[in-house]
Amino acid sequence: MSQPLAVKTENLGRIYKIRNNRKEKQRELLALENVNLEIREGELFGLLGPNGAGKTTLIKILTTLLSPTSGQAWVAGFDVTKQPAEVRKRINMVSGGETSGYGLLTVRENLWMFAQFYGIPSPEANRRIQKLAEIVGIADRLNTKSSDLSTGLRQKMNIIRGFLTDPEVLFLDEPTLGLDVGASRDVRSFIRRWMDENPHRTLLLTTHYMVEAEELCDRVAIINQGRVLACDTPARLKQNLRHEIFFQVWVIAPRLLDDYSFLQIPGVKHFHQFPEEDSLRLEITLEEEAVLSEVINEFAAQSARILRLEKREPTLEDVFVQLVGQRMEEVENVTVSAN
Amino acid sequence: MQKSINLRSFLTASWLGWQIESNWTDPFLFATYSIIKPVAGAAILVLMYSIVTQGNFDSPVFAYLYLGNAFYQYVPAVLTGVSWTIIDDREHYRTLKYIYTAPVNIPFYLFGRAVAKFIVGTFGVVITIAAGVLFLNVPLDWSRVDWPLFLVALFLGVLMLALGGLILAGITLMTARHSYYIGDVVAGGLFLFTGAIFPLEVLPGWLRPVGYILPITYWLELIRRSLVGAVAEAFPTFTALSNGDLLLILAGSSLVFGIASIFIFRYCDHQARERGLIDQTTNY
Repeated sequence: MSQPLAVKTENLGRIYKIRNNRKEKQRELLALENVNLEIREGELFGLLGPNGAGKTTLIKILTTLLSPTSGQAWVAGFDVTKQPAEVRKRINMVSGGETSGYGLLTVRENLWMFAQFYGIPSPEANRRIQKLAEIVGIADRLNTKSSDLSTGLRQKMNIIRGFLTDPEVLFLDEPTLGLDVGASRDVRSFIRRWMDENPHRTLLLTTHYMVEAEELCDRVAIINQGRVLACDTPARLKQNLRHEIFFQVWVIAPRLLDDYSFLQIPGVKHFHQFPEEDSLRLEITLEEEAVLSEVINEFAAQSARILRLEKREPTLEDVFVQLVGQRMEEVENVTVSAN
Repeated sequence: MQKSINLRSFLTASWLGWQIESNWTDPFLFATYSIIKPVAGAAILVLMYSIVTQGNFDSPVFAYLYLGNAFYQYVPAVLTGVSWTIIDDREHYRTLKYIYTAPVNIPFYLFGRAVAKFIVGTFGVVITIAAGVLFLNVPLDWSRVDWPLFLVALFLGVLMLALGGLILAGITLMTARHSYYIGDVVAGGLFLFTGAIFPLEVLPGWLRPVGYILPITYWLELIRRSLVGAVAEAFPTFTALSNGDLLLILAGSSLVFGIASIFIFRYCDHQARERGLIDQTTNY
């Protein structure tokens, strides 16, 4: 028997009508197009895509904050537009990179108040607050006014707010955005632990951090420009790239290398370079290993001296490059410049 | 026993509203502010009255305007209390989207957040009336107050104001930060048309209908009659109407107003979801 679905979308679409001022003609911005997803109960599902891909729009629709302009969506079996009250009883949401919260209230009061909205009795709410605060490492700040917390600690408070109500479906929108490396690691391990505790919990996580998606998610949907390009387990997504060979090379060169010359070499699929402190880091995808010698010759032709060369396993970033033709940060840079 | 979503929304929001309202400064400053603000407001009016009438505080006109002005404090307090929450939660605390995604009845939540403003407004009304009775001979005889009428009128009036606040909250939901003080602006605009400080007969004939269609006008008249019945009856406004008539009009207009406000708020709420405005922040 198949597992029940926690989230389902059918041809879901969202178009924003925007204009910067009254004189300007209204224009349409396509945020989501024909999104069809099925997330099973108990899954930790990742939506991976660059900023502006449509991840947050999808979360807003699923959490009843925004109406779709086409298609339908169900959460915990309830239609998000026709039965929003039923959906809200069963969900919770946390957005990363925010400093939301009532600054005049202490951390404990903020959390207790939200627990009341969900009908959690006070003793139980306080027990959960204490437990979660200990897990995420802010137990010593429970009586601090939230306005006195750093951005990272406020974010931890919000993460507790999301988990506090033990929702059937939890939506985490970039939960580690703005957190330092250690705090992000703590949050990721907590998320995994929370999922492992109860097989009926479902979590939809959006991220633009590949490592996060790879480390946490049972399945991942790669989304760009409002469209879902692929959806599968991280392992299977990467398996599609098993015929390609990935190299990471560090070189010292007098200037940036001429990408075009490398891409002209038959068998070179992708070539990306990233200036680092004293060197250039290159990400190169080849169709076969034999092409490497020609690549090395081209380094010599461009006066680049190889410091290190590593063959590596494909990552979700490579899957994204294969699907979109650009690395995620390149897509984000284009989006930023367009805006 | 599990509380209903409506009651839970109302009680929790009331608690939150009080925390926000009373914790913005230390208790002494809060108490001082709560006393000085209404007294200063009344003092300006008394001073103007005193200059115009050469200190004739025994005239029924004085009781009329003093009580009208005192109770009118509820109007901006409740209208702003309900509507300002949208801006406060959306722009300042950035929590509106979390309130919206929780199992919360939004109108009850907004009413709850206004309770603190109502309580602070009540301090203001009580202090203003006490000052009037003690120092300005406002003819308020506690033994002759029609308490049942007063309490029913007060309840209906506050309910009607809260529903008015709901309309403003809906409008606020669909607009940007420009509507920060929409409650105060609307209350200020209505001050002249509701018979708060002078009878409607003072207005030009073509402006009077504005006052006649506003439930606040009937509410203030009922409050005055319940507190200082004989004095209030000395004025031409509504002399043909009994207390029962006025109560019926207030109840009927509040009902119509209430139904309209619920539809308007629902429409605005729906539009805000359609247009993605629930979590918009204007950042200026």
